[in-house]
Amino acid sequence: MMTRTMIFFAALAVCLFALNGARVAAENPTITGAVLAPIKLLVPQDPTAKNYLGLTGEGSFAISQIKAQVVIIEIFNMYCNNCQREAPRVNELYRLMNKDPKLKGKIKMIGIGVGNTPLEVEVFKKTYKVAFPLFPDADYTIHKACGEVRTPYFIGVKIKADGSLNVFLTKEGGFKNPAQFLKQIVTSSGL
Amino acid sequence: MVKRKRIYCEVVMGAIAVVCLVAMAYGGSATLKENVYDVGALKPIDSVPKLKVGDKAPVFTLPAVSGKTVSLARYRGKKNVVISFVPAAWTPVCSEQWPGYNIAKPIFDQYDAQLIGITVDNIPTLYAWTHQMGQLWFPALSDFWPHGAVADQYGILRSDGTSERALFVIDKKGIIRYIDIHDINKRPPLDDLVRELERLKK
Repeated sequence: MMTRTMIFFAALAVCLFALNGARVAAENPTITGAVLAPIKLLVPQDPTAKNYLGLTGEGSFAISQIKAQVVIIEIFNMYCNNCQREAPRVNELYRLMNKDPKLKGKIKMIGIGVGNTPLEVEVFKKTYKVAFPLFPDADYTIHKACGEVRTPYFIGVKIKADGSLNVFLTKEGGFKNPAQFLKQIVTSSGL
Repeated sequence: MVKRKRIYCEVVMGAIAVVCLVAMAYGGSATLKENVYDVGALKPIDSVPKLKVGDKAPVFTLPAVSGKTVSLARYRGKKNVVISFVPAAWTPVCSEQWPGYNIAKPIFDQYDAQLIGITVDNIPTLYAWTHQMGQLWFPALSDFWPHGAVADQYGILRSDGTSERALFVIDKKGIIRYIDIHDINKRPPLDDLVRELERLKK
C-alpha cells in the first residue's frame, strides 16, 4: 500500500513538473536563455531618439547596433488596454534607468508597437508622453519573430561581442513595481 | 503478477486524470485572464450593402451605457460623426478597437468629429465590457432590440445576428462621406479614418 501511494505521488510530481514546463514555454515563446531573432528597425528621424540609441546615418539598424550593454524591449499595442494601463509604470522604469548613474548608458529601452502604423504609435507616444523610442510593426513581422507574444511583453537582451542578443529576462503583462523590476533586470543581466 | 499490473494501471490512470485536470485548470485560467472569447477566423463580410457614399445617413435613437439615449439627429449641423460598429462585446479585435479610439480623442476633436460606438449587445453586456476599458469619452450604444435594427438599416447586419466591423463618416449635413465595411477579422488602421476626416475639410 505504501509503495502504491509513493508511486502515485511520484507520477503526480512528474506530471505537474512537465505541465509547468509546458505552461512556461507557452507563455514565454521568447524564452530566457534563447538568442533573440534578428530584428531590423528604421533609424528614427527624431535626433533625440537617434542620439539616445547612439545611431548614425539612415535606413535600418539592428538592435545589436544600439549603444548599450542591455536593451529592454517592450512589445506593446496602441489599442491594447493593458498596455495603456501599464504605460505610466513603463515610463517610471525608464526614468529610474536614467536616474541611476551606474546604469545610465548601459541600459537602453525601446518599444515596438505590434500591428501599429507610425500614426498609431505616435498617438500612444503623445498620449502617455513616452520618452523612449517607439517603433511601428504594422505588418506584425517583429511580433512573429518574437513568437507572437501577448502584450505588453518585456524582453531583456544582452548584446554580446559577436552582435547576437542573449535573452536574459522575459515578462508577460505588467509589473507592479518599476523599482523592483529594474532590480530584477540588473540582477538577471549581471550588470 | 496480477497485483503488480493493477498497481501499474492505477498509477497510469491516476497520472492521466491529473494531467487532464491540470490542463483544464490552465486552459480556464488563460481564458479568464483576458475575458475574451476567441471566435476564430470568420467570413470577412457577411452582409449586402444598402448604403453608399452620398446617401443621407439613416437616423436612429439608441440607448447608451450611460442610461441615456443618443440620437444621430442631435449632431446635425453641429458635429461630424464617426460611427464605429463592432461585431460583439468580449471578442478579440473589438476588445482592442475602442480602447485605441479612446486615446485618439485629440484627433477626433481636431476634425470636429464625434465618435459613436454601436454593438448589437444588450446594455448590461455592453456595460461590463466597456467598463473594463476605463472611462470612454464617446457613447457606447446598444442596438440589441429590435435586434440589430440600426445595423440592418446601415446594411451591415450579418446572418448570425452580429454586425460587421464598419465605420461610417457622416458630415454635419447628415450625408455619408465614407464607408468602410472592414474584414471582420482585422482592425481598420486609424490612418484611413484620419485621411477621410481630413477630406471633410476640403
